[in-house]
Amino acid sequence: MELDFSRQLHYVWALLPEIILCVWGMGVLIAGVSGPAHRGEDHAVSEDPAFGTGSGLGWVSLVGLLIAAFFNGWLYTLDEVGRGAVVAVDDFRLFANWIFLGGAALSILISFTYVYRNRLQAGEFFSLILFATAGMMFMAGARDLMLLFLGLEVMSIAVYALTAFNRRDRRGAEAGLKYFLLGAFATGFFLYGIALVYGATGSTNIDTIAAVVSGGRAREGFLTLGIALMTIGFAFKVSAVPFHMWTPDVYEGAPAPVTAFMSVGVKAAAFVAFIRVFLVGFESVSDQWYPVLWWLAAITMVGANLMALSQTNVKRMLAYSSVAHAGYLLVAVAAGNETAAAGMLFYLLVYTVMNVGAFAVVIGVAHQGEERLQIEDYSGFGRKRPELAVFLTIFLLSLAGFPGTGGFMGKIYLLQGAAESNLWYLATILVLTTVASYYYYLRVAWYMWMRETTSEDQHDLVVTPLPMKAALIIAVAVVLYLGIFPSSMMEFARAGVEGLGALGGGLLGVHP
Amino acid sequence: MVDILFYVFAAVAIGSAFGVVLARTPVGSLLFMVSTLASVAATYVLLEAHFLAAIQIIVYAGAIMVLFLFVIMLLNLGHEYRRDLKAPLAMIPAFAVVGAMAGFIARVFRATDVGAGMMTEAGRGIDAALLEHGAVGAIAQPLFTDYIVHFEVTGILLLVAIVGALALAKRSV
Repeated sequence: MELDFSRQLHYVWALLPEIILCVWGMGVLIAGVSGPAHRGEDHAVSEDPAFGTGSGLGWVSLVGLLIAAFFNGWLYTLDEVGRGAVVAVDDFRLFANWIFLGGAALSILISFTYVYRNRLQAGEFFSLILFATAGMMFMAGARDLMLLFLGLEVMSIAVYALTAFNRRDRRGAEAGLKYFLLGAFATGFFLYGIALVYGATGSTNIDTIAAVVSGGRAREGFLTLGIALMTIGFAFKVSAVPFHMWTPDVYEGAPAPVTAFMSVGVKAAAFVAFIRVFLVGFESVSDQWYPVLWWLAAITMVGANLMALSQTNVKRMLAYSSVAHAGYLLVAVAAGNETAAAGMLFYLLVYTVMNVGAFAVVIGVAHQGEERLQIEDYSGFGRKRPELAVFLTIFLLSLAGFPGTGGFMGKIYLLQGAAESNLWYLATILVLTTVASYYYYLRVAWYMWMRETTSEDQHDLVVTPLPMKAALIIAVAVVLYLGIFPSSMMEFARAGVEGLGALGGGLLGVHP
Repeated sequence: MVDILFYVFAAVAIGSAFGVVLARTPVGSLLFMVSTLASVAATYVLLEAHFLAAIQIIVYAGAIMVLFLFVIMLLNLGHEYRRDLKAPLAMIPAFAVVGAMAGFIARVFRATDVGAGMMTEAGRGIDAALLEHGAVGAIAQPLFTDYIVHFEVTGILLLVAIVGALALAKRSV
């Protein structure tokens, strides 16, 4: 079918996965309000948390994600006519959508027992996750800066609320408020940047901006200032180093499944939008923003890895690790060629599965709550629960980039992209900081396998219900598969990037 | 005449904006904010964007600011507060950055002579739409055709904000 956006109806087809997610989110919301928990019945009764009260809504949300995924696949059969529409229907967006849908599905799978144990309001919790996912998908599909901004806000506001969702937890409230205030501040920068870019080019459409900018018709000063402010906004969302201050506190304070969702989804969405805006819209003035991104990437990689070395709280360590990964991905944006962009998509996919997988085990060890998060709590874990410890070890090795795992191949592709743009210093920093990161990842593994348990019953209460087991097995399978047979997925990612900038004039892979 | 009015309203807007930051009490800040928004609305009138000016007064200066006032009064925040020590020091770089940006933008405007060249294609398009549809129609037409997706996503955004606020703030958990 051909999409002709002069007819409004065709926007419905182009946005079908997003629409389904939004409608489904509303449905889950209503089901949550009319469910048994809200009719005054005691929902602390002991039943299997994977299938009990409230978790029904989780399964319903998963079905919604599945249907949205089906229609995301269906979108491949559509062709768009021209590129003037506010919504892009290209492979880049669809590949990104797979990442968001997969990340959301895994996050929901690992949150069942957590929601139950902490007596969170299941309806609102799952529907906010669905809305946030829809917001990410709007960001990935936006070919218009205003729509991009709205998607960013839908995602962010849902995630702010999710961060403070556990109202019995003071740290959650503090994290939520901190994230909200700093996020609103960054949003202001981003919006002012959009306004200035509009002032410089007379359009908010990314392809029109690209045409105006490459034609040299943009007002120089406004454009530079607009790009600078938008860089700040994006750098905040991906938590690149001078703008990362919120990350450790928010990641530590938020409920663990939300941290998992946030660390993969928000970051992936911000990077995908980053690529589209900068490599398509501002491609021809890349000499203006490329040095800034170079330094951002370098400082982020070095700073985050140094700070991660001294962490003893596992959640906080994973927060700094997430900042470090933002640095690796910024190398791809700075490199700005096709290999780097495809490598970034590949890396985002791997990062999503391995990070959610690691968080799944962390939630299990923390007794489905926020109890045991120190690294000492992992001592002797390998002997008591070998299967979980093996899983966590695989995820940590993959995060560190050990050969045979998806994380290794992802870093190889990022390095390849950097090499094609002759970014030798950045490539060197990436390799050196990766080596440094082995220390803090493997320290957890060392505690698990080499230390004795501090008490006999230390790990007796670690439970992994069925949905979490499913998420773990899926994540391990994907991490190992992508580590051993990466080429088909890389081809898929490359196909997603091809044609991304085809109309703006040349594009992708010109600068140094 | 229009020029003089513009400078008057611009001065009031900027002066009140300083007032928002420098006022000693939250209520004072709020009233300065209303004054800023009202004078911005006045400049919209001078630009012949009457509908936008009306909306600015009704929605911002009216509804949102009154809500702010209610919240401040209900939370009993109206009294003068003691400034923390960092504030005056933090203000110097903040004002310096804002001033530098304002100067930069003014320089760009001067260099490209925007005053005369502002009637670009976009500007002429707006004039034509105003003639054809009137002030409200010129906004409604694109809002429900070209920008229909934005409009709907804004609806989702508001829903998410309400759900989030209620989930965090409602009385029983």
